Order: sequence, then structure tokens, then C-alpha cells
Amino acid sequence: MSEGNAEPKLARINIDGKDYQVPDGMNLVDACESVGVEIPHYCYHSHLSVAGNCRMCLVEMGMPMRDRATGEPVLDDDGVQKIGWMPKPAIACASNAKDGTYIKTQSPLVKSCREGVMEFLLVNHPLDCPICDQAGECRLQEFSTDYGRGFSRYVEEKNVKPKRTELGPRVTLDDERCILCSRCVRFCEEIDENPVLGFIERGSHSTLTCFPGKKLDSNYSLNTVDICPVGALTSTDFRFKMRVWFLKPTKSICTESSAGVNTEVWSREGKIYRITPRRNDEVNDSWMADSGRALYHTVEAEDRMKRFRIDGQVCTLGEATLRARELIQVGTVAYVASGKLSVEEQYSLRKLVEKEPGRVTFVAHTQDGDGRLISNDATPNVRGGLVTGLIKQLPVTELEALRDKLAAGEVKTVVSLGEDLIAAGIPPEMLKKANLVYLGTHRNATSDIAKVVIPTLTVFEKSGTFINQQFRLQKFAQAVPGPAGLLPDVWILDMILAECEGAKCARPSTPQVWARMAEEVPAFAGLSYAKIPDTGVLLDGSAYAELPFPETKGWHYEPAAEPATASSKF
Amino acid sequence: MAKVVERKPLSFLEKTYIPQIVGGLTITLKNVFRPKVTLQYPEERPPIPQGYRGIPALVKDPHGREKCVSCQLCEFVCPPKAIRITPGEIAEGSENEHVEKAPEDFEINMLRCIYCGLCQEVCPEEAIFLQGDFNSLVGTTREEFVNHKDKLYELGGTRPDEHYKWDKKKEAAEQAAAGGHH
Repeated sequence: MSEGNAEPKLARINIDGKDYQVPDGMNLVDACESVGVEIPHYCYHSHLSVAGNCRMCLVEMGMPMRDRATGEPVLDDDGVQKIGWMPKPAIACASNAKDGTYIKTQSPLVKSCREGVMEFLLVNHPLDCPICDQAGECRLQEFSTDYGRGFSRYVEEKNVKPKRTELGPRVTLDDERCILCSRCVRFCEEIDENPVLGFIERGSHSTLTCFPGKKLDSNYSLNTVDICPVGALTSTDFRFKMRVWFLKPTKSICTESSAGVNTEVWSREGKIYRITPRRNDEVNDSWMADSGRALYHTVEAEDRMKRFRIDGQVCTLGEATLRARELIQVGTVAYVASGKLSVEEQYSLRKLVEKEPGRVTFVAHTQDGDGRLISNDATPNVRGGLVTGLIKQLPVTELEALRDKLAAGEVKTVVSLGEDLIAAGIPPEMLKKANLVYLGTHRNATSDIAKVVIPTLTVFEKSGTFINQQFRLQKFAQAVPGPAGLLPDVWILDMILAECEGAKCARPSTPQVWARMAEEVPAFAGLSYAKIPDTGVLLDGSAYAELPFPETKGWHYEPAAEPATASSKF
Repeated sequence: MAKVVERKPLSFLEKTYIPQIVGGLTITLKNVFRPKVTLQYPEERPPIPQGYRGIPALVKDPHGREKCVSCQLCEFVCPPKAIRITPGEIAEGSENEHVEKAPEDFEINMLRCIYCGLCQEVCPEEAIFLQGDFNSLVGTTREEFVNHKDKLYELGGTRPDEHYKWDKKKEAAEQAAAGGHH
């Protein structure tokens, strides 16, 4: 894991005759990768301990020679210091970059080592590539094009092992494909801290299996599928669904909790097939919870709303926004939103609130986090509401204040941005009497009785930014187009605002919204959408340090204030 | 720059059109006495040369197993994107469960197909072949030109197999289950 050295000491290493500067003590495989030299490897993973069992990363290693007695450099005939090469190759993954390390990654010896390792690994490997889900992102496939023979000298029968073992509810094992790198075993032990996997039998009969009576059923089990360098561990959800070379990865952010896990959304022709974690050493390393990977199913859910409606009748977008404006201007208005909105949407809502003032309430969605990558806050962007100035206080679980106002007739219109008000404690009869404008993606009890329903887009269908629990501003890109006719929430809010002002809606793109936000929101000064790196920007959250956020300690997160218990009301 | 092509005016003789008419009729008369080359298609069929690339179709092995495992390489390589495969899983307990994967649907859009034969060349399972036969395509809707899985197997029929790769695999698994040397 990352070590917070203020000034990393640099080491000068020589790779294939060229000098490079890398952080001192960095693993040699990582060090070579950081300067663009690939050392093929299977068992090594930057976030796991070193096992050194695949032997694929063998390189020649040496140090400048010094005389044992005097310590004087030993020079060759040209007066250059001699390099003392070790007589046999060494594995790069078990070596660290130290000043003066010399390695050869392309010498004939290294190449023959790799060819030898590849041949042994392929001895019992089945000819499964046409049916294997890993094909296209398989390290074994990649390196066999580089170092494989192209044919097999092995004439004996290959080993037979179980082909579809269910290790857990989400992971299926094809044991014949396993190359025994033990990455999954180490993940369960070191990262998940739930050791359930191990090898049984000996030699080429070695088999990956769960311990007796145990199952690979942790909420982090699918990470073993990601780190499996071959197609042995497969995701039951994604199994045989689509070949990976058709899938387009889009950088996104998981909305499961305020941890803000970096993800990649893999889609083809507007359909999402899977979600995998994206490496960000400051947030989620290389990991992600299984529950977050299933969120893409909501895109094609049965209860997805696709039509604009007024009083239950289908209407056009123009009619819906016009009616929304009429209802908002009837009398006192109240807005209900939450941290599910992106920063841009919260900013656009603030603009609308400035024009048509009304009380803004955020609904809290708390959950029992796991102290890792699922925090206690089930929304990704409560801090965005604070930073954009939309809210001053933390979200509430019960909308008591709004209910009292509705009962007293002080509030005539409620605008809900994806919030189920009935679930938040407002009786349906009361809502039916008020003018309810609902913007959201999926049907619920509240949207069913709303006077105006404007369907919006899910996180996969729009671009924007979230601010996670560390106050890290992270952006997500649009992976797939939304249902026909639906527009980004920012545009909808802008259209209603334009209706109120009698102006024309400009339909701003995300970078255009950012250009405006950078001027108006102090925390975003000097930022632009393009300037936010893929790993995010850490904002200064010290102004909000006193607020009792519900999050407790998690991976890469230390709460600043005393955490409030999940059940308390703020 | 637009280029102006000069057009020569017709000569007097050309203006009468007589030389052209005579020339044309000469060709007609010559052909009247030549042997016939027209084929009365579809009653008569032309000889098909070796390596002719006809309609692409899926084949089964001599044991009746569908050879396609829906690896989607043909879909990937197809230059006009005529192929579309919906991959599927072979249910456990079925006769071919050891193959694990088979297409749920396989579509070839014959309006798009350019008969290049890349699908046949790329197929690792030798499951798709361009038929060495002449098939005329007739239809009145676009949908009729999309060949689905059933139609493709009907067209392709059975081909001899050189490898029996999957049968060997099943055999090895059965031996192992029976306590063989594995």
C-alpha cells in the first residue's frame, strides 16, 4: 500500500543499459513499469504480498564491482567500472530498486527463461480460449504470443480438473485454467482478512478450493476474479455474456456509498455488461465491493421511468417543464434532494432555489458500512451539497419540518429530486393535496402520486462529479446513452429555471457548468472539468470538520469529527 | 479547378448514325450463329469452381454436436458487421455440457455480407463455412435476409471433423472420473 513519504528518496537503476530514477525501495516490477519497461509476471500484484511462485519475472541482475579487500571500484580495460552479474537469473518481484541496481530484461537468458516458464505453464492448460471469458485480457494469452512456442511438445494427456466449481454465490472456478499463482488466496488472507481459499493436492494435481465448510461469499469476492491473471476465477454474473474485446471501458465512480470507489463501466452498444474497480491508491487501491458491481442492473430495471407525465398522463418535455414552473410559482415551494445528485446538479438546483426561494432539505440515506469501501452514507455526494452551498446542515432522516409545514398549509409545492417522500415520513394524503413535482429515474410510491413527473438519467448515462467522504472531487463520464428523449438532470433544472426567468435554456455541457462553478463556488476556484485528474482532486474540507458526518473509519478514510450513530437525527 | 473536357462535334457520317447501326447489327448477326451461352437458371445451374465462397452457414460435427461455441471472433473480424451473436451457456446435465458455451442466437445479415470468407478463416472451432454452392437470395422484407441459427444449421448441415477436440476432452474427463491415471 502507499507509504506517505514526504520526500521519496530516488534510486538510480540501470535497465537494459539505460539509467532511470525511481523511488528507492520500490518493487522492481513496479519500478520498471513506472518507466515503461514491462516485466511479465503472473503472481505479483502491487497491493498483495510477494509470493514469487510463477517465476515469469526472472531477470538478470548485477551490481557495480568493487574490490573486496580495498573497496576500490574494479575497472575494465576501458576504465569503466565492471558490473558483477549474478550467475543465475533472479525474480524481479522479490527484489527492490536500490541505488546501483543493474538489470537485463531482454537478454537471451531472460528470454529463454520466460519461454521455459511459459511452456511449463501451458503444459496442462486447456485449449479453452474460444469459450474462456478471460480471452482478450488474459496475461497467459498475452505472454504466450510473446514467449510461447506456438505449438505444444507435450504429447501426454492433459490433466483433468473440475470445470465449474461454485466457490461462492458470485464466483465460479474453472480449475483446469488455474496456473496456481495464489493471488486469490493472498487477497482473501491479506485484504479481505477472511481466509477461505487454499490449494490441495500436490504437483500438477494442485487444485484451488475453499476450506471445508467455508465459501467464498465475502462482499469482496469478485476482486479475486479481477486479479486472476487467467480465466480460472470467473464472475457468475458476467460468465459467457460478452467477449471483452467488444466492451468499451468508461471511467466512472461507484454510487454505492460516499467512499467514492473509482470504477470502470464496460459497455457495448449502449448496454452495460460489467463494472470493475479502477486503481486509485488514495481511495480504493485496486478493490471494490461486489454489491457496487451489481448497480448497473438498475439501468434496465422494470420500474425505470421513461415518459414525462402530468397528473399521470403522458406529455412532452416542454409541457412538463412549463407545468413544473407553474406549480413552483403557485406559492411557497420546498425542495427535497440528497447526496445522490452530482455536484453540477446541486449547483443547478442552487441556481433554481436562488430564483424561486424555498427551503432545501437533504434526505439522509444511511446504511451499515463495512469499515472498508462501503461507508455509512449510502449517497455518494452529500459533501457536494455543502461545498456548492446548497445546504448548510447535514441531511435528515425524517422530513418532520416539511410535514408540519405541509400540514399547516405553509408549503404549497414540493419539488423532489429522486427522493421518496412517503418513505421519508410524509403521509401520501398530505402529498396528494400539495403540488408535487418529481424528478427521478425509477418509479416509487411518491412518483406515482406526483403531479409532474420528469424522468432523469442514471449515473451511467451522464457525466459529472462527486465529492467523496475525504472531500475528494472525482469525475465520472457517460458510459451509455440514456433512454430516448430523456435529458441530463442539469438540463432539466436549467429548463425549469429558464421557464421561471422567461429566458432560453442554454443546455450547458458539464465543462460549461464547471466554467460557471469555478467562478461562483470558492472551493472550485481555478478548477475546470478537464483539469480534474482521473484520480480526483482533494478539496479542503476543514470548514466542515465540525459537522457530525455518519462515516466511520474505512480504507483510506479517518473521520475528522466524532461520528454520529446511524440512527440519530441531526 | 474544374476541368473542361472538350467534346468533338460529330462528323457528317456520324450524324447519319448509319455506320453505328450497321456495326451493331453485324455483332447481332454474328452472335445469332454462335453457340448459346445463356443458362436457363434456375432449371440449369452453372458449374461451381473450387474454393467458391457462397453463403456462410454453421455446421455440425458428425455426431450432431453444434460446433459453434460463440467465441464471437467472426463477429469481431466481419468487415461489414453482418454477424451478430448472442452468447449462451449450455445447461448442466445436457449432453454437451463439457463444451459449456453455445450461441443462443446467431444472426448473419445477408444484405450486409460481402462473402469475404474471413469468418471461416478466423473460426477456431471450424464451425462456420462459406457454402461451395449457389444459393439465390429472395425476399420481400429486410427481415427475410437475416439468417438466424436454425436456418444457418439447415444450410450448413454436417461436415467431417478432423480433431474431435471436445469428444476427446469428454473422454479424458470420463476416464478421470472412473479413476484413470489422472
